[in-house]
Amino acid sequence: MHLKYESIIREPLVDGNKTYHQVTEDICAPVEKAPTKLWKIGFFISAAMLLFGVFSVTWEVYWGTGVWNLNRTIGWGWDITNFVWWVGIGHAGTLISAILLLFRQGWRTGVNRAAEAMTIFAVMCAGQFPIWHMGRVWDGFFVLPYGNTRGPLWPNFVSPLLWDVFAISTYFTVSLLFWYSGLIPDFATIRDRAKTKFRKMAYGIASFGWAGSAKHWQRHEMLSLVLAGLSTPLVLSVHTIVSFDFATSVIPGWHTTIFPPYFVAGAVFSGFAMVQTLLVVTRKVLNLEEYITIGHIEAMNKVIVLTGSIVGVAYLTELFIAYYSGVVWEQEAFRLRVLGPYWWAYWAMMTCNVVSPQLFWFKKLRRNVWFTFFMSIIVNIGMWFERFVIIMSLHRDYLPSSWSYYTPSWPEVGFYLGSFGLFFTCYFLFAKYFPVIAIAEIKFILKTSGDNYKRDMEKIEVQDNQHFLEEQSHHH
Amino acid sequence: MSVKKFAVATYNDEAVLFPAVKKVRGAGYKIHDVYTPFAVHGLDVALGEKESDLHIAGFIYGITGTCTALGFMGWIFTTDWPQNFGGKPHFPLPAFIPIVFELTVLFAAVGMVLTFCYLNQIMPGVKKHIFNPRQTDDKFVMAIEVDDTTEADTIAFLKGTGAEETNVQIAESEWWYGRWDKKEDYEIQQQIA
Repeated sequence: MHLKYESIIREPLVDGNKTYHQVTEDICAPVEKAPTKLWKIGFFISAAMLLFGVFSVTWEVYWGTGVWNLNRTIGWGWDITNFVWWVGIGHAGTLISAILLLFRQGWRTGVNRAAEAMTIFAVMCAGQFPIWHMGRVWDGFFVLPYGNTRGPLWPNFVSPLLWDVFAISTYFTVSLLFWYSGLIPDFATIRDRAKTKFRKMAYGIASFGWAGSAKHWQRHEMLSLVLAGLSTPLVLSVHTIVSFDFATSVIPGWHTTIFPPYFVAGAVFSGFAMVQTLLVVTRKVLNLEEYITIGHIEAMNKVIVLTGSIVGVAYLTELFIAYYSGVVWEQEAFRLRVLGPYWWAYWAMMTCNVVSPQLFWFKKLRRNVWFTFFMSIIVNIGMWFERFVIIMSLHRDYLPSSWSYYTPSWPEVGFYLGSFGLFFTCYFLFAKYFPVIAIAEIKFILKTSGDNYKRDMEKIEVQDNQHFLEEQSHHH
Repeated sequence: MSVKKFAVATYNDEAVLFPAVKKVRGAGYKIHDVYTPFAVHGLDVALGEKESDLHIAGFIYGITGTCTALGFMGWIFTTDWPQNFGGKPHFPLPAFIPIVFELTVLFAAVGMVLTFCYLNQIMPGVKKHIFNPRQTDDKFVMAIEVDDTTEADTIAFLKGTGAEETNVQIAESEWWYGRWDKKEDYEIQQQIA
């Protein structure tokens, strides 16, 4: 007896001959084994990069933001580029966990846990950039709404930079809660099969004492659904607000209404690319190829080609509107983007984001793991350049004597490398100590979308219509 | 703390569990709880649980967030410390929307998760009795509270519902603070017995 029917035409989401117990075994295996040599090497490199980042930031805090190559015209450089880039990457995790939940996309179950983890780590990295850019970082709490000792002077609630503070911190908190509420039952699974004393104790605490009661599962489902409903507008609002940092200014090339949708599409685009980068490696190293199948990879590549095309349309629209507006400042800003001193960044962006992802229209390439990995890196480079190109609009202002060219100094590069260190250190710890795939959610779809159960669907498919309707109509 | 006696039946598939729940309830037994490794849709209905009201709580928290943000910013900008930003109004509603929205979501999400933890009585350090260590893996476990007079009868009935395994357990029915790597007194006594 099946509780839900799914057509056999649909590709199975779990390959191989799986039972509920086998799912538990497969996903818990990396947690219960000693770390491999590969893991140790990767972790060591990440930690080293993180330490170099700490050194670069310490240097910057000690000497002041003057050690960065920012100048009067280009007041924002790598720092804000990296901030927007990391925040954007985070968006794919929420899209997978929230929007695809509302759209009832079964394939999200294989990738949502790792994607949400990626979101959280990416937002942590993003947060570093505005914080350390403050210079006098010990005064950072000034962004919080408190009446200070010199009188009740409040932050400016109508400034997009303050909206960012609220948006990013809310986004981080909600993503963390969503992720952790899903982890509780899976930690309980690891706890109940733990052999070592330490694992019993640690996962006992982490699982909050979850026992799997029917009533609790009912509330858990409700919680996931409402959190998904909240996260969906939240994720759109976050990158919209990030785009307001630029769009509400009066800088030519920034002051455009296209920014919010264009930033959100770009964020999803780069986020999916990062998910591919991580999962193509993770599935191989942790032997999870039966749970993160080629079908999953293809589905994500489809999202990449769609959002890549949206971004492409946005670039062309920007150029057209600049021409059509008749505003000389706007026209000059875009002429400089395409042909000015930073032409190389513009064309790198165009190639990586608009031209090369079009190759994903070919099914063969969408389903090729090596090509996917290569493209995911290309897209991430392209999306970094997109932000760089936008921010480098600053290199020409209204006063020719202050026109300049900007290249980063070593503490800026070190800070960026350090953010990679932070991201990958967290990801390595996650891959070792957390269930990388949502165990309970895979079990939930196993009997409808598992390879071995799909074969039994044939019996249902040969039934006559009346009989089929009677049995299946209430399973939705 | 209240240690009670339970008849425990373990099923190996949700397809067996559903008719069993129906039979057990039909025969007039009161099910203490059913434990499953994942969310089994329809099980709450089969057990006669009413729908969760968690989303209503979420709505109330959300509205609280909206009011907090609007009220706080409105009070600051009009009453506490009015400032002139380029001649713009003191209560610029459109410019308040982003923060109002973020606080709505933040209050709703944090409030709901805390309510969820409170209702389910879960928290770091909380311990509960696990009837079968595989109830979080692949088994579906039903527990019915019994006493010495009903014990044999209940077990016999559960055996007839397709249970893979049945047993009687003395167990703590509530939650308590404890460490998962240590056995509790009642568990040790039961092992000796």
